[in-house]
Amino acid sequence: MDDVVADIDAKLAAVRLGGGEKAIQRMRKAGKKLPRERLSLLLDPHTPFLELSPLAAHEVYPESVPSAGIITGIGRISGRECVIVVNDATVKGGSYYPLTVKKHLRAQEIAREHGLPCVYVVESGGAALPHQANVFPDKEHFGRIFYNMAQMSAIGIPQVAIVHGISVAGGAYVPAMADENIIVREQGRIFLAGPPLVKAATGEEVDEETLGGGLMHSSESGVTDHLAQDDEHALAIARGIISDLGKAGSLEVPPPALPEEPLYPASELHGIVGTDLRQAFDMRDVIARIVDGSRFREFKKEYGPTMVTGFAHIHGYPVGIVANNGILFSQSALKATHFMQLCSQRQVPLLFLVNVTGYMVGSKAERGGIAKDGAKMVRAVACADVPKLTVIVGGSYGAGNYGMCGRAYSPRFLWMWPNAKVSVMGPGQLSQVMATVSKDPTKHATLKSEIEEQSTALYATARLWDDGIIKPTDTRDTVGLALALAARKIGQDTIKGGYSTTWDGAGNGFGAFRM
Amino acid sequence: MLSKSQRSIASRSLPRIATRDAVSSSRGPAVRLGLPHSVNTASSIRPSAPAPSRVRGFASAPEAVNTASLSSPLVSPVSRKPHFDKILIANRGEIACRVIRTARKLGIKTVAVYSEVDANSLHVQLADEAYCIGPAASSESYLRIDKIIEVCHRSGAQAVHPGYGFLSENADFAEQLASAGVVFIGPPASAIVSYPVLIKATHGGGGRGMRAVDSPAQFVDALASAQREARGAFGREEVLVERYIKRPRHVEVQVFADRDGGCVSLWERDCSVQRRNQKIIEEAPAPGLSPELRSELSKKAVAAARAVGYVGAGTVEFILDRDTNEFFFMEMNTRLQVEHPVTEMITGVDLVQWQLEVATGNPLPLSQSQIPLVGHAFEARIYAENPRNGFMPDSGRLLYLSTPAPTCTFAPSVPTRDDQNGGSSDPTLFTPPEHISTAITPSVRLEQGFLQGAQIGVFYDPMIAKLIAHGRDRVEALRMLRRALDEYRVVGVQTNVEFLRDLAEHAAFVDGDVETGFIQKHHAKLFPRPEEPTPEILVQAALFVVLREHPQVRSAASSSPWTSLASRRFGGDAYERTVTLQHTVEGSADDVQDRPSITVSVKSLPGAPGRFDVSVRTENGEKTFAGVSAEILDGTMLSTTLGGAVLRTTIVSQRAMAASSQMGEKLHVFHGSRRIALLVPPPQWLASLSASTMGAAKGTLKAPMPSVVVEVKVKVGDQVKQGDAIVVLESMKTETVLRAAADGVVRAVGCAKGDMVEEGKELAMITDVLEAESA
Repeated sequence: MDDVVADIDAKLAAVRLGGGEKAIQRMRKAGKKLPRERLSLLLDPHTPFLELSPLAAHEVYPESVPSAGIITGIGRISGRECVIVVNDATVKGGSYYPLTVKKHLRAQEIAREHGLPCVYVVESGGAALPHQANVFPDKEHFGRIFYNMAQMSAIGIPQVAIVHGISVAGGAYVPAMADENIIVREQGRIFLAGPPLVKAATGEEVDEETLGGGLMHSSESGVTDHLAQDDEHALAIARGIISDLGKAGSLEVPPPALPEEPLYPASELHGIVGTDLRQAFDMRDVIARIVDGSRFREFKKEYGPTMVTGFAHIHGYPVGIVANNGILFSQSALKATHFMQLCSQRQVPLLFLVNVTGYMVGSKAERGGIAKDGAKMVRAVACADVPKLTVIVGGSYGAGNYGMCGRAYSPRFLWMWPNAKVSVMGPGQLSQVMATVSKDPTKHATLKSEIEEQSTALYATARLWDDGIIKPTDTRDTVGLALALAARKIGQDTIKGGYSTTWDGAGNGFGAFRM
Repeated sequence: MLSKSQRSIASRSLPRIATRDAVSSSRGPAVRLGLPHSVNTASSIRPSAPAPSRVRGFASAPEAVNTASLSSPLVSPVSRKPHFDKILIANRGEIACRVIRTARKLGIKTVAVYSEVDANSLHVQLADEAYCIGPAASSESYLRIDKIIEVCHRSGAQAVHPGYGFLSENADFAEQLASAGVVFIGPPASAIVSYPVLIKATHGGGGRGMRAVDSPAQFVDALASAQREARGAFGREEVLVERYIKRPRHVEVQVFADRDGGCVSLWERDCSVQRRNQKIIEEAPAPGLSPELRSELSKKAVAAARAVGYVGAGTVEFILDRDTNEFFFMEMNTRLQVEHPVTEMITGVDLVQWQLEVATGNPLPLSQSQIPLVGHAFEARIYAENPRNGFMPDSGRLLYLSTPAPTCTFAPSVPTRDDQNGGSSDPTLFTPPEHISTAITPSVRLEQGFLQGAQIGVFYDPMIAKLIAHGRDRVEALRMLRRALDEYRVVGVQTNVEFLRDLAEHAAFVDGDVETGFIQKHHAKLFPRPEEPTPEILVQAALFVVLREHPQVRSAASSSPWTSLASRRFGGDAYERTVTLQHTVEGSADDVQDRPSITVSVKSLPGAPGRFDVSVRTENGEKTFAGVSAEILDGTMLSTTLGGAVLRTTIVSQRAMAASSQMGEKLHVFHGSRRIALLVPPPQWLASLSASTMGAAKGTLKAPMPSVVVEVKVKVGDQVKQGDAIVVLESMKTETVLRAAADGVVRAVGCAKGDMVEEGKELAMITDVLEAESA
């Protein structure tokens, strides 16, 4: 485990450097702050930052696109947690690859679910044109960014944009759709078409600053609201805006219980869970190193013992834990279903600690109605009306992935440990199955290693099947921060219910129009 | 049994014993007989005695008197007159507080007077009653004899203590008080005399209204300036002109005379070390004096006092030739001097109490042969001023003030012997008695007139406080003084504390090799090139900046992990801050301009709250400190463990004033005896935002400090030569002449006579002739 953690650390350190020395020097020379410098100036001092999917797009495209060219995460600005989306202009000029769009949309989804104000730190050339087919037209593509902005604004989740550099074409709509925005003088530029396109279209010859510079937009067009002297000034203005958000969005709810450190050190997790997933471990050893005071009130301990369920607190917030201790049998599934109903009734958030090879197979299991009982558990997961968090600490295979709140079941957050695996079945079985059903044995040799690679945490996180790989030792704090977000209450009564196509449920909100 | 005479003392003191204050005092009746030390002795003799009550007070009184006669041989108590019930102090600042303390010790009620700007000052708070007597300008308040007499009548004060400065040596005042039936605590009007030095305001004091003139050409200007300053400060413009002696020592003798013809010397003080003709550090006794010379000085001083029929506290000043030990009578000051505490420390006497005794009509408490001379004492005057800029006065608020803890309020008593046992019984010989007591406890005393938050204004003397140190010998006293100066910390105004510290450490000063030209002579050594801050200091300053922004977890129960997981980063990331600092030497010409930026990066160690890797990058290179632990103990104390050493450093932040030309924040790091000022530069955008409003034209004369415009010497269109006086300002009662930097034409004048101007206010603009003609 130490080795895989070190490997992930090294990869994370590499992506934190962004798009390379040359691009960094170019930004510095222009008097700009680097994306991560902008981020830290935006955040309150000495506050945590929960970064999302930093290894996105890792080895996905032929060229290197560190973090998919966008930094997203949750951090505190002027005393308020916000979702922050920072374009990394050192990576391909901040242009949007398909995974860039996906990462941006995921951040917005988290903002919507938790009622968190959004701050977009913009410097992007817009869609990566060679990839336009996978960036532009579909529902979950570029246009969805602005749809989300409009809908969030309508339900009272503030949208703030800071234009540090070029913000062109589709990208121009991020500041334009924002409730309140800032542009940096002689640096930020907003236009629907740049000077070459303008010349081609109308014959007009115009320079960038005249066409879409900060002074013009702030004094004439009204596209921007605040004119900043430089990056630092712009970020200071943004902090001011967040401090004046009033009751919009959600507000913090303090933990109901006194937070307590676990009795056992988290560092021991490395020794408890190994990289060979066939080696079983007791999930209670993991729970003891995550929850407050290592206190866990177990539910139905003797029944369906391959499933561990019970109540605990993490950083003072109550949580119902659903964890695997082996294969899912009918009893285990029923126990989990019962427990999820309890949590839903009591409005206690659920934490899934996943190490599941799947539901039991075989004639005995089928005759016992495993499909029926598994379905009960999947239904309970889908419909339990409480925030859910998923941490895959080992394997997440087959229908077990569904029952244990995989990505498709919309957990508020889903994280994987560096050793974790996710696939439809174990690579061994899968290649065996393929060997029996496929007729071309030449492919079988490569298939096993291919599937093995595709089931790794790194492969999954690169494709945004999770919200990031976390170190076992970071689990408690990461989950604690997420529980604090899940506990937030909406500050104003915007959700009115009823039949409606809009998120506010009433169709009477339009958010803030730019006038 | 009470003897008849003892009974009469007790009954005479009865009315004041019966007052609420006196009864609630735990001191017993002897206090009101003016025998504070004897009370202590009495209670130590009877440790089991219950706290003195009104009735017991009568019974214990004779005992107290008897005990007193053993250790404190006062003139027979039988002849003593009662003290005043209430006195008025016609002064402000530390001396007013000083007088109030002695009065309180004696059970005397006090009345303070104050000007409008002093409404919240310490002397007003300490006094039993206080009355406002007018606006800030001294001539409209502290110098208004009529108003002070009116307050005497309103409050029922029977006597006035004038302190020093203001009306302390004003014969008119003494006369008018006398005719109003109020006692002047000082000499009779007829004995308020002055004798010649330099051009010096007759009614001056403290170096103001004094001008040393080097050549005849300067005489008229200097005379006018001295007169103007004197008029403003003391209400009188008469001056004296004297021969200026260049290499003297300033030695003065404290004398005290009563109304019955008694007159004693309380030995001499050396006040040679001066700047701007004003004393800054004084000591008693004068170093290196032979017993014969000491005796001779005292003898002459007492003779001088007797010659003018002097009564009360007076100081006879001499010029002493360092090489020949010849001395010349200079003048007599008919007031309590600023530096009186050094005399008190070596004699164990409360001079203010003596003043009250004498003013009441009582004889001097001690005879000449009983006056001790024990150990050595220093006084350092702490001024709001800028030593590196010609000791220019400074003004502002005492944003932060931390002082050494004084070990005593009054001079600790020195046991005195009966007449015959020590010293000489011959009243014509002035020799201190040989002392039985060698057990002197080194002590530190603090006389201050202002507390943290007080405003040091432009209207009065810029002295903030006096530090007094007493030791067995000169070396010990000096060591105590240095230590006390180390612990005296001020932010808000520039002070001379560090300069005093350097002075007290200077080899020539330590050797007692003093003269009035001391500062000029040792200028280079006294103004060392300011040290650059060490990397350790920069690390501490940066940690202070980083740590003070640490969110405060109010109670563990209610804090979300978004608060309690401070600086938490995940996946091998670490929270890192970069702090930019600039070393600034306050008051020096180069101040912060062109000073290189220093960057300090502070990285929070993951999983180890309060521990940091810190690296400092200066123009001399980079230095890294790993695993530094640090915390802020209270608002200003930073505790750091750096390279195995535990450092506790006081760091005080000073935010920029709205009106100040300097932006950003200053951190004052008190490191040993040094205060290092580090500027945390404001972000660039702030500077660029205000750049348009700040640009100052060349040739513009600006007020160097908040001041009053005394005279505008030019009008628009005037041709001026380089060095011509343009505007005359007065601040802290000291005049400053702003002169043309080059030949030119006056293009604009931005002030008028009598204006109050802020620091940095543009007063006049001068451009060269060609530019003016083409314009």
